[in-house]
Amino acid sequence: MSLLEFENVTLKFGGLTAVKDLSFAVEEGEVFAIVGPNGAGKSTVFNLISRFYDPYAGTIQFDGHDLLKVKPSGVAAYGVARTFQNIELFEHATVLQNLLVGRHRHRKTNVLSEILFLPSARRQEIANREKVEKIIDFLDLQAFRDKMISGLPYGVRKVVEVARALATDPKLLLLDEPASGLSVEETTDMRWWIDDIRRQMGITVLMVEHDMGLVSGVSDRVLAMADGAKLALGTPAQVQSHPAVVEAYLGKAS
Amino acid sequence: MRIVFKTNYMQDIRPWKDGYQLCLYLILLVVVAVAPWWLDDFYLGELTNVLIWAVAGLGLMVLTGHTGQVSLGHAAFLAFGCYANVILIEAGVPFLIAFPLAGVLTGIAGVTVAIPALRLHGIYLAIFTMALSILMDDVIVLAEPLTGGVAGKYLGGVEILGHLVDRWATPVQFFWLVLGVVVLVTLGYINLLRAPLGRSFIAVRDSEVSAQAMGVDIARTKMISFALSCAVTGWAGALMGMYAGAFNNESFNVLISIQLLMMIVIGGLGSIHGAFLGAVIIGFLPQFLSISKEYFGALLGGNTVAIPGLEFGVFGMILIAFILFEPMGMYGRWLKIRTWFELFPFYRKDMFKRQKSYLKTERLR
Repeated sequence: MSLLEFENVTLKFGGLTAVKDLSFAVEEGEVFAIVGPNGAGKSTVFNLISRFYDPYAGTIQFDGHDLLKVKPSGVAAYGVARTFQNIELFEHATVLQNLLVGRHRHRKTNVLSEILFLPSARRQEIANREKVEKIIDFLDLQAFRDKMISGLPYGVRKVVEVARALATDPKLLLLDEPASGLSVEETTDMRWWIDDIRRQMGITVLMVEHDMGLVSGVSDRVLAMADGAKLALGTPAQVQSHPAVVEAYLGKAS
Repeated sequence: MRIVFKTNYMQDIRPWKDGYQLCLYLILLVVVAVAPWWLDDFYLGELTNVLIWAVAGLGLMVLTGHTGQVSLGHAAFLAFGCYANVILIEAGVPFLIAFPLAGVLTGIAGVTVAIPALRLHGIYLAIFTMALSILMDDVIVLAEPLTGGVAGKYLGGVEILGHLVDRWATPVQFFWLVLGVVVLVTLGYINLLRAPLGRSFIAVRDSEVSAQAMGVDIARTKMISFALSCAVTGWAGALMGMYAGAFNNESFNVLISIQLLMMIVIGGLGSIHGAFLGAVIIGFLPQFLSISKEYFGALLGGNTVAIPGLEFGVFGMILIAFILFEPMGMYGRWLKIRTWFELFPFYRKDMFKRQKSYLKTERLR
């Protein structure tokens, strides 16, 4: 069974159909990319998975669970983590605190034990810290550990967001344009990290990305969308040469 | 320049950075605790007042400074805590049970209020809570059998384990009671901030969307924040009642709410230090004003007739000055000064400048 399954999902905002009868499945252990022109509904797909929107029709299954029955804050508990297109970090907190928020879904203590900081809370903090330190090592963030987000450059924030998502120990990682606004070197780094996330950590990656170099470099399968509908689905090479995709990006040959 | 070399996770988890810092805070605590020996009764009373305001400030700080929910209605919870405490004591409940219970009841009241407030943001929440503050005035009058209405209530001393604790008869004991509450609340607050719950408050403040994506239940987190905030405010209210002795429906009016909010903004939002620094300003400003008024009056040869609204005028000006020149409040200024000394001569002017980011994911709801 696939890890994530979209079946005939439709989402409407008033008269606008943002996602049109979309079906696709993400298999465990693959890197799956969604491409498409602006306004194609790529980020909307992410927001559907995060349960920020309720679809008009269709079902979304994750790991055998019906995601539509889960509330937005419950999605993380199933092992779905995500980043945002326009970085949504906790600005007035340090990098370390941001990553520790990522551990929130593993919280076992209650209000009282935390206010008294009982040994259970202490143990939990140390365990969380160990996990977070591994991710800091993995993404080379040591230099920024105690820095406030609001003082960090854009490229680093992008990486911190990926780190925070990884800190939740996800099964599925949603990356919304991980390379947008990054320099060529940073994009290359991101490419190797995505590769390592899949290979070393065994996390399935679903990403939205415009940089075709990155997409064809790391992804196993690509879904091309336009106007909320599926255009093509296949390997990067197949999708790139698909006539409908060429038409959506470049227009019809006259 | 002092560098802390970290070799252990506990160094980040424990509340103090190193022994030096711990020593400073312990010295501060001892100096304050022995205040009865170096302050006369008048200034001891003022110090007690400052500490009570600090408790109230800590209460509002949880909600506004750390969870980002503005409240202009905390005077209502001060009143609730105050009346709950007195009514329980009059019913014959011993103080050591009545006082904590007053806070718990205020917390429960806070949650009840929070339920409709959960969907409100920013200015709307401010208006909603301000209405609460105004309503509380009428509620106290209407609930006359319980609250004594306009005539108000009077609370003399209370007895703790056979010792009389009274603002006027035994100011020293009352001071220690307040100090004890301050220390306990502060320790609880520190613990909260280094635990997942405190971080989820900050997460809700800075970005609800991503907090949700990390598995933080926004509604629940805000409710817990309201509960904790109101409970602490309730304790502050109970202490204020004991400090004032007599109080009625007008003791906790909406101006107190505004003063409380101004206090934590001036002190520095989002820090425990901010609540204390703000309380010092709020507590000592009236004294400072009356002293300086006399001084200037004598200097100019004029009279010392009270100028109506002077206090609030000066508060207002201080608030405006802080928002314009030091949005991080007194604590922010202190951090800058400290960094200047620690890094001398390498401090740069823009060290605390924050990179503004205008891009935010479209607000999804």
